[in-house]
Amino acid sequence: MLARSVLPGFDYIRATTPDEVVRLLQADREGVRLLMGGTDLLVRVRDGFIHPRLVVDVKHLPGMGEVAYNEQTGLTVGAAVTMNRLAGDPAVEAHYPLLAESANSVASYQLRNRATLGGNLGNASPAADTAPAVLLFEAAIVLYGPNGEREVPAAAFFLGPGRTAMQPGEFMTAIRFPPPPGGAVGRYLKLGRNRAGDLAIAGVAVLGFPDRAIPSGYRFRIGLASVAPVPLRVQEAEALLSSSLPGEQAFSAAAAKAAAAASPIDDVRASDAYRRAMVRNLTRRALRDVWARLVDG
Amino acid sequence: MSEHAITVRVNGEQEHLTVPASMTLLELLRQDLVLTGTKNGCSAGECGACTVLMDGEPVNACMVLAVEADGTEVVTVEGLAHDDQLDVIQQEFMDEGAVQCGFCTPGMLISARALLNRTPHPTEEQIREALVGNLCRCTGYTRIVQAIQKASSTDLVASSNPVRSKGA
Repeated sequence: MLARSVLPGFDYIRATTPDEVVRLLQADREGVRLLMGGTDLLVRVRDGFIHPRLVVDVKHLPGMGEVAYNEQTGLTVGAAVTMNRLAGDPAVEAHYPLLAESANSVASYQLRNRATLGGNLGNASPAADTAPAVLLFEAAIVLYGPNGEREVPAAAFFLGPGRTAMQPGEFMTAIRFPPPPGGAVGRYLKLGRNRAGDLAIAGVAVLGFPDRAIPSGYRFRIGLASVAPVPLRVQEAEALLSSSLPGEQAFSAAAAKAAAAASPIDDVRASDAYRRAMVRNLTRRALRDVWARLVDG
Repeated sequence: MSEHAITVRVNGEQEHLTVPASMTLLELLRQDLVLTGTKNGCSAGECGACTVLMDGEPVNACMVLAVEADGTEVVTVEGLAHDDQLDVIQQEFMDEGAVQCGFCTPGMLISARALLNRTPHPTEEQIREALVGNLCRCTGYTRIVQAIQKASSTDLVASSNPVRSKGA
Protein backbone atom coordinates (compact mmCIF):
# COMPACT_ATOMS: atom_id res chain seq x y z
CA MET A 1 0.00 0.00 0.00
CA LEU A 2 1.26 3.46 -0.86
CA ALA A 3 -0.33 5.40 1.96
CA ARG A 4 -1.88 4.59 5.30
CA SER A 5 -5.63 4.23 5.48
CA VAL A 6 -7.55 7.27 6.69
CA LEU A 7 -9.88 5.09 8.73
CA PRO A 8 -8.69 3.17 11.79
CA GLY A 9 -9.07 -0.59 11.52
CA PHE A 10 -12.35 -2.37 12.20
CA ASP A 11 -14.08 -5.56 11.18
CA TYR A 12 -16.97 -5.59 8.73
CA ILE A 13 -19.89 -7.91 8.28
CA ARG A 14 -22.86 -7.79 5.92
CA ALA A 15 -25.88 -8.78 8.00
CA THR A 16 -28.40 -11.17 6.49
CA THR A 17 -31.13 -11.32 9.17
CA PRO A 18 -32.51 -8.79 11.67
CA ASP A 19 -31.94 -11.22 14.53
CA GLU A 20 -28.26 -11.45 13.64
CA VAL A 21 -28.04 -7.64 13.99
CA VAL A 22 -29.75 -7.73 17.39
CA ARG A 23 -27.38 -10.47 18.56
CA LEU A 24 -24.35 -8.46 17.48
CA LEU A 25 -25.67 -5.27 19.09
CA GLN A 26 -26.32 -7.08 22.35
CA ALA A 27 -22.93 -8.77 22.37
CA ASP A 28 -20.97 -5.50 22.27
CA ARG A 29 -22.91 -2.33 23.05
CA GLU A 30 -20.01 0.07 22.52
CA GLY A 31 -18.00 -1.61 19.79
CA VAL A 32 -20.69 -2.37 17.21
CA ARG A 33 -21.90 0.29 14.76
CA LEU A 34 -24.46 -0.12 12.02
CA LEU A 35 -23.76 1.03 8.47
CA MET A 36 -26.29 2.12 5.87
CA GLY A 37 -25.13 5.06 3.71
CA GLY A 38 -22.09 5.75 5.87
CA THR A 39 -22.17 9.49 5.30
CA ASP A 40 -22.27 10.23 9.03
CA LEU A 41 -20.65 7.05 10.34
CA LEU A 42 -17.46 7.15 8.28
CA VAL A 43 -16.85 10.85 9.03
CA ARG A 44 -17.23 10.24 12.75
CA VAL A 45 -14.94 7.22 12.65
CA ARG A 46 -12.34 9.15 10.67
CA ASP A 47 -12.48 12.07 13.11
CA GLY A 48 -12.06 9.72 16.06
CA PHE A 49 -15.42 10.44 17.71
CA ILE A 50 -16.27 6.76 17.65
CA HIS A 51 -14.06 3.69 17.54
CA PRO A 52 -16.04 0.73 16.24
CA ARG A 53 -14.63 -2.75 16.58
CA LEU A 54 -17.21 -4.10 14.17
CA VAL A 55 -19.19 -2.32 11.44
CA VAL A 56 -22.40 -4.17 10.57
CA ASP A 57 -23.77 -3.37 7.12
CA VAL A 58 -27.56 -3.57 7.47
CA LYS A 59 -28.68 -2.02 4.18
CA HIS A 60 -29.03 -5.37 2.42
CA LEU A 61 -31.51 -6.80 4.95
CA PRO A 62 -34.88 -7.64 3.39
CA GLY A 63 -37.05 -4.53 2.92
CA MET A 64 -34.42 -2.03 4.05
CA GLY A 65 -34.04 -0.59 0.56
CA GLU A 66 -37.69 -0.69 -0.47
CA VAL A 67 -40.46 1.87 -0.85
CA ALA A 68 -44.01 0.52 -0.79
CA TYR A 69 -47.23 2.53 -1.14
CA ASN A 70 -50.81 1.47 -0.59
CA GLU A 71 -53.78 3.86 -0.71
CA GLN A 72 -55.36 2.34 2.40
CA THR A 73 -52.32 1.87 4.60
CA GLY A 74 -49.97 4.55 3.33
CA LEU A 75 -46.25 4.53 2.65
CA THR A 76 -43.52 2.31 4.08
CA VAL A 77 -39.94 3.41 3.49
CA GLY A 78 -37.10 1.03 4.36
CA ALA A 79 -34.60 2.68 6.69
CA ALA A 80 -31.79 2.32 4.13
CA VAL A 81 -33.67 3.98 1.26
CA THR A 82 -31.45 6.77 -0.05
CA MET A 83 -32.54 10.38 -0.35
CA ASN A 84 -32.39 10.28 -4.15
CA ARG A 85 -34.38 7.05 -4.27
CA LEU A 86 -36.97 8.54 -1.92
CA ALA A 87 -37.26 11.85 -3.77
CA GLY A 88 -37.57 10.08 -7.13
CA ASP A 89 -40.19 7.55 -6.07
CA PRO A 90 -43.43 8.12 -8.01
CA ALA A 91 -45.67 7.45 -4.98
CA VAL A 92 -43.64 9.82 -2.79
CA GLU A 93 -43.76 12.52 -5.47
CA ALA A 94 -47.51 12.04 -5.92
CA HIS A 95 -48.70 11.68 -2.33
CA TYR A 96 -45.92 13.01 -0.06
CA PRO A 97 -44.20 15.73 -2.12
CA LEU A 98 -43.16 17.52 1.09
CA LEU A 99 -41.05 14.46 1.93
CA ALA A 100 -39.46 14.49 -1.53
CA GLU A 101 -38.74 18.22 -1.24
CA SER A 102 -37.12 17.70 2.17
CA ALA A 103 -35.00 14.78 0.96
CA ASN A 104 -33.82 16.84 -2.02
CA SER A 105 -32.61 19.61 0.28
CA VAL A 106 -30.01 17.36 1.93
CA ALA A 107 -26.35 18.06 1.04
CA SER A 108 -25.35 17.27 -2.57
CA TYR A 109 -26.54 14.87 -5.27
CA GLN A 110 -23.61 12.49 -4.58
CA LEU A 111 -24.33 12.45 -0.87
CA ARG A 112 -28.02 11.88 -1.52
CA ASN A 113 -27.09 8.74 -3.45
CA ARG A 114 -25.73 7.34 -0.18
CA ALA A 115 -27.46 9.17 2.67
CA THR A 116 -30.54 7.31 3.92
CA LEU A 117 -33.83 8.34 5.50
CA GLY A 118 -33.17 6.04 8.45
CA GLY A 119 -29.73 7.52 8.97
CA ASN A 120 -30.99 11.08 8.79
CA LEU A 121 -33.59 10.32 11.47
CA GLY A 122 -31.62 7.86 13.57
CA ASN A 123 -28.64 10.15 14.06
CA ALA A 124 -31.16 12.56 15.62
CA SER A 125 -29.39 15.68 14.52
CA PRO A 126 -31.61 18.65 15.37
CA ALA A 127 -30.84 19.81 11.81
CA ALA A 128 -32.15 16.65 10.10
CA ASP A 129 -33.94 17.98 7.02
CA THR A 130 -36.39 15.09 6.70
CA ALA A 131 -37.48 15.18 10.36
CA PRO A 132 -40.07 17.99 10.06
CA ALA A 133 -41.83 16.20 7.17
CA VAL A 134 -41.79 12.92 9.10
CA LEU A 135 -43.37 14.73 12.07
CA LEU A 136 -46.01 16.49 9.95
CA PHE A 137 -47.12 13.31 8.17
CA GLU A 138 -47.37 11.72 11.66
CA ALA A 139 -45.17 8.81 10.64
CA ALA A 140 -44.10 5.95 12.88
CA ILE A 141 -40.53 4.77 13.28
CA VAL A 142 -40.29 0.98 13.03
CA LEU A 143 -37.71 -0.55 15.35
CA TYR A 144 -36.53 -4.15 15.55
CA GLY A 145 -35.05 -5.46 18.76
CA PRO A 146 -34.76 -8.38 21.17
CA ASN A 147 -38.58 -8.50 21.51
CA GLY A 148 -39.28 -8.24 17.81
CA GLU A 149 -40.78 -5.24 16.07
CA ARG A 150 -42.32 -2.14 17.61
CA GLU A 151 -43.42 1.25 16.35
CA VAL A 152 -42.66 4.60 17.93
CA PRO A 153 -44.56 7.70 16.81
CA ALA A 154 -42.16 10.19 15.25
CA ALA A 155 -43.25 12.76 17.85
CA ALA A 156 -41.87 10.49 20.61
CA PHE A 157 -38.75 9.36 18.79
CA PHE A 158 -36.42 12.36 19.12
CA LEU A 159 -35.20 12.91 22.69
CA GLY A 160 -32.25 15.26 22.22
CA PRO A 161 -29.24 15.87 19.99
CA GLY A 162 -28.10 12.37 18.98
CA ARG A 163 -30.60 10.74 21.36
CA THR A 164 -33.67 8.75 20.33
CA ALA A 165 -36.21 6.34 21.79
CA MET A 166 -34.17 3.45 20.38
CA GLN A 167 -33.21 1.05 23.15
CA PRO A 168 -29.96 -0.95 23.36
CA GLY A 169 -30.18 -3.89 20.96
CA GLU A 170 -32.71 -2.11 18.73
CA PHE A 171 -32.25 -0.68 15.25
CA MET A 172 -34.48 1.09 12.75
CA THR A 173 -35.89 -0.96 9.91
CA ALA A 174 -38.50 1.32 8.35
CA ILE A 175 -40.56 4.49 8.54
CA ARG A 176 -44.33 4.12 8.11
CA PHE A 177 -46.40 7.04 6.87
CA PRO A 178 -50.20 6.93 7.17
CA PRO A 179 -52.15 8.08 4.10
CA PRO A 180 -51.71 11.85 3.81
CA PRO A 181 -54.64 14.15 4.67
CA GLY A 182 -56.82 14.69 1.58
CA GLY A 183 -55.84 17.69 -0.52
CA ALA A 184 -52.65 18.34 1.48
CA VAL A 185 -50.10 20.86 0.21
CA GLY A 186 -46.62 21.15 1.74
CA ARG A 187 -43.49 23.24 1.67
CA TYR A 188 -40.05 22.92 3.28
CA LEU A 189 -38.05 26.12 3.45
CA LYS A 190 -34.44 25.72 4.47
CA LEU A 191 -32.00 28.47 5.20
CA GLY A 192 -28.32 27.60 4.90
CA ARG A 193 -25.22 29.77 4.63
CA ASN A 194 -25.45 29.25 0.89
CA ARG A 195 -28.32 28.30 -1.38
CA ALA A 196 -27.68 24.61 -1.51
CA GLY A 197 -25.63 21.89 0.10
CA ASP A 198 -25.31 23.34 3.59
CA LEU A 199 -26.71 22.17 6.89
CA ALA A 200 -29.84 24.07 7.85
CA ILE A 201 -29.46 27.20 9.99
CA ALA A 202 -33.20 26.95 10.26
CA GLY A 203 -35.72 24.75 8.47
CA VAL A 204 -39.49 25.17 8.46
CA ALA A 205 -42.00 22.71 7.02
CA VAL A 206 -45.70 23.49 6.61
CA LEU A 207 -48.43 21.07 5.61
CA GLY A 208 -51.90 22.52 4.95
CA PHE A 209 -55.14 20.74 4.07
CA PRO A 210 -58.90 21.37 4.01
CA ASP A 211 -60.93 20.33 7.04
CA ARG A 212 -64.63 21.19 6.78
CA ALA A 213 -65.19 20.21 10.42
CA ILE A 214 -63.47 23.29 11.82
CA PRO A 215 -64.49 26.96 11.55
CA SER A 216 -61.42 28.09 9.59
CA GLY A 217 -61.97 25.33 7.01
CA TYR A 218 -58.26 24.50 6.89
CA ARG A 219 -55.69 22.90 9.11
CA PHE A 220 -51.97 23.65 9.05
CA ARG A 221 -49.16 21.64 10.60
CA ILE A 222 -45.83 23.35 11.26
CA GLY A 223 -42.51 21.59 11.88
CA LEU A 224 -39.11 23.08 12.69
CA ALA A 225 -35.55 21.83 12.19
CA SER A 226 -32.25 23.11 13.49
CA VAL A 227 -33.69 25.55 16.04
CA ALA A 228 -34.14 23.37 19.15
CA PRO A 229 -32.51 20.28 20.70
CA VAL A 230 -34.97 18.18 18.71
CA PRO A 231 -36.98 18.71 15.53
CA LEU A 232 -40.43 19.75 16.70
CA ARG A 233 -44.01 20.60 15.83
CA VAL A 234 -45.47 23.93 16.91
CA GLN A 235 -48.84 22.94 18.39
CA GLU A 236 -49.59 26.48 19.63
CA ALA A 237 -49.30 27.89 16.13
CA GLU A 238 -51.31 25.01 14.66
CA ALA A 239 -54.12 25.55 17.19
CA LEU A 240 -54.21 29.26 16.47
CA LEU A 241 -54.48 28.65 12.74
CA SER A 242 -57.31 26.13 13.15
CA SER A 243 -59.43 28.74 14.92
CA SER A 244 -58.64 31.75 12.71
CA LEU A 245 -59.45 32.67 9.16
CA PRO A 246 -56.39 31.91 6.99
CA GLY A 247 -54.64 35.10 5.91
CA GLU A 248 -51.85 37.53 6.65
CA GLN A 249 -52.95 38.31 10.19
CA ALA A 250 -53.22 34.67 11.25
CA PHE A 251 -49.99 33.74 9.47
CA SER A 252 -48.04 36.50 11.25
CA ALA A 253 -49.44 35.47 14.62
CA ALA A 254 -48.61 31.80 13.92
CA ALA A 255 -45.11 32.76 12.78
CA ALA A 256 -44.55 34.61 16.05
CA LYS A 257 -45.63 31.53 17.97
CA ALA A 258 -43.23 29.38 15.93
CA ALA A 259 -40.36 31.76 16.71
CA ALA A 260 -41.31 31.62 20.39
CA ALA A 261 -41.35 27.81 20.34
CA ALA A 262 -37.81 27.70 18.97
CA SER A 263 -34.94 27.44 21.45
CA PRO A 264 -31.93 27.72 19.18
CA ILE A 265 -28.25 27.60 20.00
CA ASP A 266 -25.59 30.16 19.15
CA ASP A 267 -22.99 28.50 16.98
CA VAL A 268 -20.60 29.10 14.13
CA ARG A 269 -23.44 29.00 11.62
CA ALA A 270 -25.82 31.51 13.23
CA SER A 271 -26.83 33.19 16.47
CA ASP A 272 -29.84 32.34 18.59
CA ALA A 273 -31.54 35.67 17.78
CA TYR A 274 -30.95 35.31 14.05
CA ARG A 275 -32.33 31.78 14.00
CA ARG A 276 -35.47 32.88 15.84
CA ALA A 277 -36.02 35.75 13.42
CA MET A 278 -35.58 33.38 10.49
CA VAL A 279 -38.07 30.89 11.95
CA ARG A 280 -40.63 33.72 12.01
CA ASN A 281 -39.88 34.76 8.41
CA LEU A 282 -39.69 31.24 6.99
CA THR A 283 -42.90 30.17 8.76
CA ARG A 284 -44.80 33.16 7.39
CA ARG A 285 -43.40 32.58 3.91
CA ALA A 286 -44.17 28.84 3.95
CA LEU A 287 -47.73 29.47 5.21
CA ARG A 288 -48.35 32.03 2.44
CA ASP A 289 -47.01 29.64 -0.17
CA VAL A 290 -49.04 26.67 1.05
CA TRP A 291 -52.18 28.80 1.37
CA ALA A 292 -51.81 30.18 -2.17
CA ARG A 293 -51.59 26.66 -3.55
CA LEU A 294 -54.50 25.41 -1.40
CA VAL A 295 -56.71 28.19 -2.75
CA ASP A 296 -55.57 27.59 -6.32
CA GLY A 297 -56.60 23.98 -5.71
CA MET B 1 -9.18 -6.23 10.97
CA SER B 2 -11.23 -8.47 8.71
CA GLU B 3 -10.29 -8.88 5.05
CA HIS B 4 -12.79 -9.43 2.27
CA ALA B 5 -12.63 -10.90 -1.22
CA ILE B 6 -14.54 -8.66 -3.59
CA THR B 7 -15.31 -8.54 -7.28
CA VAL B 8 -15.79 -5.14 -8.80
CA ARG B 9 -15.91 -4.01 -12.41
CA VAL B 10 -13.76 -0.90 -12.82
CA ASN B 11 -13.84 0.95 -16.16
CA GLY B 12 -15.01 -2.25 -17.82
CA GLU B 13 -12.35 -4.52 -16.28
CA GLN B 14 -13.39 -7.22 -13.83
CA GLU B 15 -11.18 -6.98 -10.72
CA HIS B 16 -10.87 -9.69 -8.05
CA LEU B 17 -9.34 -8.16 -4.95
CA THR B 18 -8.88 -8.73 -1.25
CA VAL B 19 -9.49 -5.59 0.79
CA PRO B 20 -9.28 -4.74 4.49
CA ALA B 21 -12.63 -3.77 6.04
CA SER B 22 -11.72 -0.16 6.66
CA MET B 23 -10.31 0.58 3.22
CA THR B 24 -12.34 3.14 1.29
CA LEU B 25 -13.25 2.79 -2.37
CA LEU B 26 -11.07 5.86 -2.97
CA GLU B 27 -8.03 4.12 -1.45
CA LEU B 28 -8.75 1.01 -3.47
CA LEU B 29 -8.87 3.00 -6.71
CA ARG B 30 -5.84 5.18 -6.06
CA GLN B 31 -3.54 2.79 -4.23
CA ASP B 32 -4.36 -0.73 -5.35
CA LEU B 33 -5.50 -0.01 -8.90
CA VAL B 34 -3.29 3.10 -9.37
CA LEU B 35 -6.19 5.01 -10.90
CA THR B 36 -4.94 8.32 -9.55
CA GLY B 37 -7.22 10.47 -11.69
CA THR B 38 -9.73 10.32 -8.85
CA LYS B 39 -8.53 12.82 -6.24
CA ASN B 40 -8.55 12.83 -2.45
CA GLY B 41 -9.66 16.24 -1.21
CA CYS B 42 -11.55 16.40 2.08
CA SER B 43 -12.13 12.69 2.89
CA ALA B 44 -15.52 13.75 4.26
CA GLY B 45 -17.93 13.84 1.33
CA GLU B 46 -17.85 17.62 1.07
CA CYS B 47 -15.61 18.52 -1.88
CA GLY B 48 -16.49 15.97 -4.57
CA ALA B 49 -12.92 15.55 -5.89
CA CYS B 50 -13.30 11.78 -5.43
CA THR B 51 -16.62 11.49 -7.29
CA VAL B 52 -16.95 8.25 -9.29
CA LEU B 53 -19.90 6.45 -10.83
CA MET B 54 -21.05 3.38 -8.92
CA ASP B 55 -23.69 1.43 -10.83
CA GLY B 56 -24.19 4.53 -12.94
CA GLU B 57 -24.76 6.99 -10.11
CA PRO B 58 -22.20 9.46 -8.73
CA VAL B 59 -20.92 8.84 -5.20
CA ASN B 60 -18.06 10.19 -3.11
CA ALA B 61 -15.52 7.36 -3.20
CA CYS B 62 -14.11 8.53 0.15
CA MET B 63 -17.49 7.78 1.75
CA VAL B 64 -17.82 4.23 0.41
CA LEU B 65 -15.99 1.26 1.89
CA ALA B 66 -14.19 -0.82 -0.71
CA VAL B 67 -16.00 -3.89 0.58
CA GLU B 68 -19.34 -2.18 -0.13
CA ALA B 69 -18.38 -1.91 -3.81
CA ASP B 70 -18.46 -5.71 -4.09
CA GLY B 71 -20.58 -6.68 -7.08
CA THR B 72 -20.86 -3.14 -8.43
CA GLU B 73 -19.65 -1.42 -11.57
CA VAL B 74 -17.40 1.61 -11.03
CA VAL B 75 -16.41 4.22 -13.60
CA THR B 76 -13.62 6.69 -12.85
CA VAL B 77 -12.41 9.64 -14.91
CA GLU B 78 -10.01 7.22 -16.64
CA GLY B 79 -13.05 5.36 -17.96
CA LEU B 80 -14.79 8.32 -19.60
CA ALA B 81 -12.84 8.25 -22.85
CA HIS B 82 -13.61 5.45 -25.28
CA ASP B 83 -11.95 4.17 -28.45
CA ASP B 84 -9.27 6.89 -28.26
CA GLN B 85 -12.01 9.49 -28.18
CA LEU B 86 -12.57 11.83 -25.29
CA ASP B 87 -16.03 12.05 -23.80
CA VAL B 88 -17.67 15.17 -25.19
CA ILE B 89 -17.65 16.55 -21.63
CA GLN B 90 -13.87 16.25 -21.48
CA GLN B 91 -13.52 17.90 -24.87
CA GLU B 92 -15.76 20.81 -23.89
CA PHE B 93 -13.91 21.33 -20.59
CA MET B 94 -10.74 21.76 -22.64
CA ASP B 95 -12.33 23.93 -25.33
CA GLU B 96 -14.09 26.21 -22.85
CA GLY B 97 -11.10 26.58 -20.51
CA ALA B 98 -13.03 25.03 -17.62
CA VAL B 99 -9.81 23.77 -16.02
CA GLN B 100 -7.36 25.80 -13.96
CA CYS B 101 -5.44 23.86 -11.30
CA GLY B 102 -7.33 20.73 -12.34
CA PHE B 103 -7.77 19.12 -8.95
CA CYS B 104 -11.58 19.25 -9.03
CA THR B 105 -11.77 18.37 -12.72
CA PRO B 106 -12.09 14.55 -12.51
CA GLY B 107 -14.97 14.83 -10.03
CA MET B 108 -16.57 17.62 -12.06
CA LEU B 109 -16.40 15.50 -15.22
CA ILE B 110 -18.02 12.54 -13.49
CA SER B 111 -20.81 14.66 -11.97
CA ALA B 112 -21.38 16.31 -15.34
CA ARG B 113 -21.52 12.93 -17.12
CA ALA B 114 -24.01 11.64 -14.54
CA LEU B 115 -26.14 14.77 -14.98
CA LEU B 116 -26.27 14.43 -18.77
CA ASN B 117 -27.11 10.74 -18.42
CA ARG B 118 -30.21 11.54 -16.36
CA THR B 119 -31.03 14.98 -17.85
CA PRO B 120 -29.69 15.28 -21.40
CA HIS B 121 -30.63 18.97 -21.71
CA PRO B 122 -30.26 20.54 -18.29
CA THR B 123 -31.01 24.18 -17.52
CA GLU B 124 -28.25 26.31 -15.97
CA GLU B 125 -30.05 25.93 -12.64
CA GLN B 126 -30.02 22.13 -12.98
CA ILE B 127 -26.32 22.18 -13.86
CA ARG B 128 -25.47 24.31 -10.83
CA GLU B 129 -27.62 22.11 -8.57
CA ALA B 130 -25.87 18.97 -9.90
CA LEU B 131 -22.48 20.50 -9.02
CA VAL B 132 -23.35 21.48 -5.44
CA GLY B 133 -21.18 18.61 -4.23
CA ASN B 134 -18.16 19.54 -6.38
CA LEU B 135 -16.08 22.42 -5.09
CA CYS B 136 -13.77 24.40 -7.39
CA ARG B 137 -11.58 27.10 -5.85
CA CYS B 138 -10.16 28.45 -9.13
CA THR B 139 -12.64 28.97 -11.90
CA GLY B 140 -15.67 30.56 -10.28
CA TYR B 141 -17.66 27.79 -12.02
CA THR B 142 -18.79 29.93 -14.97
CA ARG B 143 -16.71 28.15 -17.58
CA ILE B 144 -17.52 24.77 -16.09
CA VAL B 145 -21.23 25.51 -16.47
CA GLN B 146 -20.63 26.75 -20.02
CA ALA B 147 -18.71 23.60 -20.91
CA ILE B 148 -21.55 21.40 -19.69
CA GLN B 149 -24.09 23.50 -21.59
CA LYS B 150 -22.08 23.06 -24.78
CA ALA B 151 -21.62 19.36 -24.13
CA SER B 152 -25.36 18.94 -23.64
CA SER B 153 -26.06 20.33 -27.09
CA THR B 154 -23.66 17.91 -28.79
CA ASP B 155 -24.03 14.87 -26.56
CA LEU B 156 -26.64 13.03 -28.59
CA VAL B 157 -24.25 11.89 -31.30
CA ALA B 158 -22.14 9.31 -29.56
CA SER B 159 -24.43 6.98 -27.69
CA SER B 160 -22.19 3.98 -28.29
CA ASN B 161 -20.13 4.88 -25.23
CA PRO B 162 -21.34 2.56 -22.44
CA VAL B 163 -20.67 5.22 -19.80
CA ARG B 164 -23.39 7.33 -21.38
CA SER B 165 -26.26 5.03 -20.68
CA LYS B 166 -27.78 5.06 -17.22
CA GLY B 167 -26.73 2.06 -15.20
CA ALA B 168 -23.37 1.81 -16.99
